[in-house]
Amino acid sequence: MDLLSPASLEEAAGIVRAAAAAKTPLEILGAGTKRGFGRPVAADRQVTTAAMSGILSYHPEELVLTARAGTHMREIVVALAERGQHLAFEPPDFTALYSADAAGSPRGDTLGGVLATNLAGPRRFAAGAARDHFLGFTGVNGRGEIFKAGGQVVKNVTGYDLPKLMAGSFGTLALMDQVTVKTLPRPDKTRTVLLYGLDGPAASAAMTKALGGAYDVTGAAYLPNLLAQRSKAEFVGGHGSVTALRVEGSGPSSAHHCAALRRDLGGENEELHSANSAVLWREIRDVAGFFDGENILWRVSVPPSHGPGIAAGFAIEVQGSDFYLDWGGGLIWLSLPLEHGANAGKVRGALARCGGHATLIRAPEEVRRKEPVFEVEGSPALMQRVKQAFDPDGVLDPGRMVEGI
Amino acid sequence: MQMPEPDQKTIAGKQQLAAALTQRLGTDGLITDAVALRAYETDGLTAYRQPPLFVALPRSTSEVATVLRFCAEHGLKVVPRGAGTSLSGGALPLADGVLLGLGKLNRILEIDIANRCAVVQPGVTNLAISHAAMAAGFYYAPDPSSQIACSIGGNVAENSGGVHCLKYGLTTNNLLGLEFVTIEGEVIRLGGKHLDPAGYDLMGVLTGSEGLLGVVTEVTVRLLRRPETAKALVAGFPSNEQAGAAVAAIIGAGIIPAGMEMMDRPAIHAAEDFVHAGYPLDAEALLIVELDGPTIECDHLLQKVEAICTANGATGLRVSRDEAERLKIWAGRKAAFPAVGRISPDYFCMDGTIPRRRLPEVLKRMAALSKQHGLRVANVFHAGDGNLHPLILYDANKPGELAAAEEFGADILKLCVEVGGVLTGEHGVGVEKRDLMPTMFSEIDLAQQQRLKCAFDPELLLNPGKVFPTLHRCAELGRMHVHGGSLPHPELPRF
Repeated sequence: MDLLSPASLEEAAGIVRAAAAAKTPLEILGAGTKRGFGRPVAADRQVTTAAMSGILSYHPEELVLTARAGTHMREIVVALAERGQHLAFEPPDFTALYSADAAGSPRGDTLGGVLATNLAGPRRFAAGAARDHFLGFTGVNGRGEIFKAGGQVVKNVTGYDLPKLMAGSFGTLALMDQVTVKTLPRPDKTRTVLLYGLDGPAASAAMTKALGGAYDVTGAAYLPNLLAQRSKAEFVGGHGSVTALRVEGSGPSSAHHCAALRRDLGGENEELHSANSAVLWREIRDVAGFFDGENILWRVSVPPSHGPGIAAGFAIEVQGSDFYLDWGGGLIWLSLPLEHGANAGKVRGALARCGGHATLIRAPEEVRRKEPVFEVEGSPALMQRVKQAFDPDGVLDPGRMVEGI
Repeated sequence: MQMPEPDQKTIAGKQQLAAALTQRLGTDGLITDAVALRAYETDGLTAYRQPPLFVALPRSTSEVATVLRFCAEHGLKVVPRGAGTSLSGGALPLADGVLLGLGKLNRILEIDIANRCAVVQPGVTNLAISHAAMAAGFYYAPDPSSQIACSIGGNVAENSGGVHCLKYGLTTNNLLGLEFVTIEGEVIRLGGKHLDPAGYDLMGVLTGSEGLLGVVTEVTVRLLRRPETAKALVAGFPSNEQAGAAVAAIIGAGIIPAGMEMMDRPAIHAAEDFVHAGYPLDAEALLIVELDGPTIECDHLLQKVEAICTANGATGLRVSRDEAERLKIWAGRKAAFPAVGRISPDYFCMDGTIPRRRLPEVLKRMAALSKQHGLRVANVFHAGDGNLHPLILYDANKPGELAAAEEFGADILKLCVEVGGVLTGEHGVGVEKRDLMPTMFSEIDLAQQQRLKCAFDPELLLNPGKVFPTLHRCAELGRMHVHGGSLPHPELPRF
């Protein structure tokens, strides 16, 4: 397979124009660490943003950073940390999740890849997803035209919000070069309250109370006993199930919230300070450490109050399944043994009453070819027309999200 | 302001069209009387007026779908309208277009505290959502200054902000779900009480689309816990540079205040004369910083903010000791627009965003432009996010002043773009900034946005004449491409 690595947007535009003229599809890659996420793309040529790399401008006091899409996340994280900032949506690093079939570079994922897949970590319900921090971009559409949208300031409503559309479009609408994101101060201190031994309904009640109270919780997860034992953070394993509640902020406020949560939620509990909290929430964010590397993984998004009930249903229905909850119950990470298949009907059928959707995060290629990876809502015809508005010849990552789009 | 040429055939056929729609909506679903139509001839941008062909007032999603289907069948233009508070002329009617008022869809359908969200119809006012959630200790965060009147449907269409959006985000960051109706009358639901639906983020792109892509008929918003306390600090500065430096230092210190507002000398004086908020009249710039959250955090951060302001030359610094004092500090800022209205018969409220580090330079050049155009200007500024609201003072009754004010405004917005900013931070493009779009976007940029429009509204019937300076026909934009003589997916509907 040809791997093309344009250094400029003009060069990338030339590649896309030629592909459009010849009607030969292209697979768009950052570092390729998430190639296993989405449907397999049938393309003869790959285009990587690897040579379109580097931070172009960073103004911490204005909360904006502009970098080229191929910039490695590691570089971004370090540059922001030097100025006491971070990307508040807590982008997960899925490199380990897909290590089995990734052609990824050892330097890890890219900013463009994080935006194109609209990732979000445990802070999602409080701080938003990649979409909420994506301010503007330059790119090349499927016609090979160079265009831009959004801006380089944090507040902007000029024209359609195309960065939103790019976030989560998996490279099917445009190849991006310069991207501008919102940066925010990193909290000084983090504490995590661990509630031990709660069953699903009790954990749900505790998380609802914590998220509905004046505690400024920025992470709320539930690890059943078996998964809690797989954590490498201190005080997490060995106490039955763990309901974890994170508070962040200045020293005084995180200590205050932590004490209030322990007082108001009672039961057998413990608290983690910044270093241990970081270990635990990184595990929850990156997923891979909790599950066997071979199994099938679903990411299920539901109304938070329904999460524990739905998850318990899976545990009964599918033998050998495992799960944990994030986003206060609104996110179920569900693992199924490979030999039982993806069980898409069962998984998606369970959401019919409460609403929500399930994404097949990891599965063998033949499964992802057959089962819809994404549960697209609204109108497939409209999605098709949006695709054609950017890529009329269908040369950018065709079929990556939905067959034929 | 030039609008698309009205279609005389449509205007001539008004009676038959109205009769046909009355059959579908009932007599109280349609307003055709010339006097009654005057109530709808303008929105918050009162410089422009145009009565619509007639006004349709549907009561349900299915009636909205009926109206839109009817309009699509008859090639009728549609201008959606919430509460009509747009400051950019987003709801300015068309002489040959139906004004689609969403005011009758005004029910709060559900307050779901367990899932921290509310499901409401588009005609519900922004503030009513917070009121409905108040008993449970929750509120809806985005707070545009018109929140007592503006509707949530209009907030979605404009992606409205407010003084607290630095910390809590714009409308788009506080939405969980939408139901909208396409121009063909198809009802589409996006999202719900769960997060991050799969597929293209149509909710994200509908938000802020200014009524050009579809008509929103239901909104699910996230609710936040009311902060335990809020405290405000006010300080005067001897120069705009020093006030700007204080703002940069506050954010540089890792503090994101709930609100951070700046006013320049003319705005300080207008506000102080009007409401006597106790602002220092000898200051060149005024800064209001509000912190919210637990008391312990507010006090901790306020100390830091105070030190930063003092280090940057602040004078007359004051921190609210109770709620009454906090409201008094805000009173001047919140009354800034009417205060300016008191000293001038008319004013334009502009809305650009700039990189904040360019503020001193922008204010200097704005002062020069003020001299050049012979019109006064006062500035209020959402300092945290660089969103500038210059208020241009003019008198519409003096010949030429409206045109001069428009030119002055255009020059200010061009300046915003020139220094790396944008034309509008929260008010929308509408008709007001439509013709300036080419200063920020190339032909290709605009064509790409319009191709997206074509994916939703191929006949360009939804709110034409807004946002885009040129109406390209969709066929001309080459939306449809043929693969080897046949269209892909022949089962899909085509236009």
